[in-house]
Amino acid sequence: MSLLFKGRPQGASDTRVGLWQMLSMLVISHIRQALGSLGELWRQPAASLMTIGVLGLSITLPSTLYILVKNTEKISAGWEQASEISLFLKQQTNAGSAQQLITRVKTWPEVDKVTFIPADDALKEFQQLSGLGDAMAYLKANPLPDVVLVTPGEKHVSPQAARALLDKLTSQREVDVGKLDVEWLERLYAVLNIARELVTLIGGLLFISVVLIIGNTIRLNILSKRDEILVMKLVGATDAFIHRPFLYTGFWYGLLGGLIAWFAVIIILWWMDSSIQAFASLYQKQFNITGLTGTALLTMLGVSILLGLVGSLISVQRHVREIEPR
Amino acid sequence: MIKFEQVSKTYPGGQRALSKVNFHIAPGEMAFLTGHSGAGKSTLLKLISIMERPTVGRVMINGHDLNVIKRRQIAYIRRDIGMIFQSHQLLMGKTVFDNVALPLIIEGYTHKETSRRVHAALDMVGLRDKARDIPIMLSGGEQQRVGIARAVVNKPPLLLADEPTGNLDPKLSMEIVRLFEDFNQAGVSVLIATHDLGLIARMKYRTLTLKDGRMITDGLSDDLQENAR
Repeated sequence: MSLLFKGRPQGASDTRVGLWQMLSMLVISHIRQALGSLGELWRQPAASLMTIGVLGLSITLPSTLYILVKNTEKISAGWEQASEISLFLKQQTNAGSAQQLITRVKTWPEVDKVTFIPADDALKEFQQLSGLGDAMAYLKANPLPDVVLVTPGEKHVSPQAARALLDKLTSQREVDVGKLDVEWLERLYAVLNIARELVTLIGGLLFISVVLIIGNTIRLNILSKRDEILVMKLVGATDAFIHRPFLYTGFWYGLLGGLIAWFAVIIILWWMDSSIQAFASLYQKQFNITGLTGTALLTMLGVSILLGLVGSLISVQRHVREIEPR
Repeated sequence: MIKFEQVSKTYPGGQRALSKVNFHIAPGEMAFLTGHSGAGKSTLLKLISIMERPTVGRVMINGHDLNVIKRRQIAYIRRDIGMIFQSHQLLMGKTVFDNVALPLIIEGYTHKETSRRVHAALDMVGLRDKARDIPIMLSGGEQQRVGIARAVVNKPPLLLADEPTGNLDPKLSMEIVRLFEDFNQAGVSVLIATHDLGLIARMKYRTLTLKDGRMITDGLSDDLQENAR
């Protein structure tokens, strides 16, 4: 008795815990509750693995799609750099006018490189490459025009920008016809846009389902600990103290789910790598698929943890409040 | 310590549990609260422990007006009230030590201080050697004593006991009440709700009697015996 009530003023509640002790014990309490939550998951391996697995796979799908879209963008970026606009000059354009056009176009900010191919050079190249060299000898005059090849600058390689540049170039008085084969590029961009939107849509839906799944799992967890929560409230536990173990459970679900998603993405990319290599070799191309970068991995883990926390937070805010001693 | 001013409580549905109850328990005082089933004892204890709010009137506990406190203050006010229940309200999956340590862990005591105080509390209720047991292994009387140890472990200035001897034989009941007397002598205010008039008669303490939600007597247990005759 003397030990328990030593130094206690009669009938008055003195300050029992100092600020420093309170802060240090808060940290210890957080660590204890975090490890306790991990222990709870460990003690129910089947149920925990199912929830973590659902979360992991839900994050794997948008992550994999994201990587595929990024890699496709990388490939298409290579194609874009090779894209050129061919300007066929009017037959009456002389060398001086052609040179003026080249000098003018070179000053445009949208243009990276300008190459002039005189009609004679074009004819020679055609004779060599077409295999019609002998037939060409019977022509009275060179039917090919002078050609100017314009390579758009880095910021003007998208189909829309390249098309705008083409319009600008063809409006020049020396130019007869301009050609830019961007339809296939536009189709690719459209497909990529759809893919990007699909990633966002699928990701959004899966993320919502993850929040609901975790919220429901935590709800069941709360209900199974109803008596414990009641007793804790009766002996003076704050809502924050009661919420913490459940929030840590959500955190662990998120972290472990994110790690599962990471491993799943690595396996999927490894699985697909040989098929992609085989496909690339058909085009005499060497292509190495790019996996998750450090930033992307951290983002994925961050999103996963956030989903776990949001799911558990929604659940504890709603269901712990409902449990009140009566 | 505890002050009721014209307190009435009507539950949703119109059931009136308390009607214009007035009383005051001073710091360091020990009192019994009695009355038949349905007299309003449990409602009165629920008002003190902030499980319910009064419909009319004012309840003051340790200087806090329960009519105006915010929800987040409730936990802190409850830390100053040691509550003992007839049903013990123990966590059956945890050890006796963990059950008794719960209020200290919540308040942020160090592990060393928690251990020291839990063992002191268990020693006081005669259960020092049961610290590692789980409550289901204990008898009803022992479980009640675990509940008492938990209620006093953080040295609250006020102890509330709701039928603490309800399931115990007379000898054990007397032991439990003697424990409350010990706490009271250490300066703790004690309010014990019981319908065991025999137990009250054996003690010489102030007794509040409720009938149909009204306070009908407030005096020493001897007076109560006189009134009963």
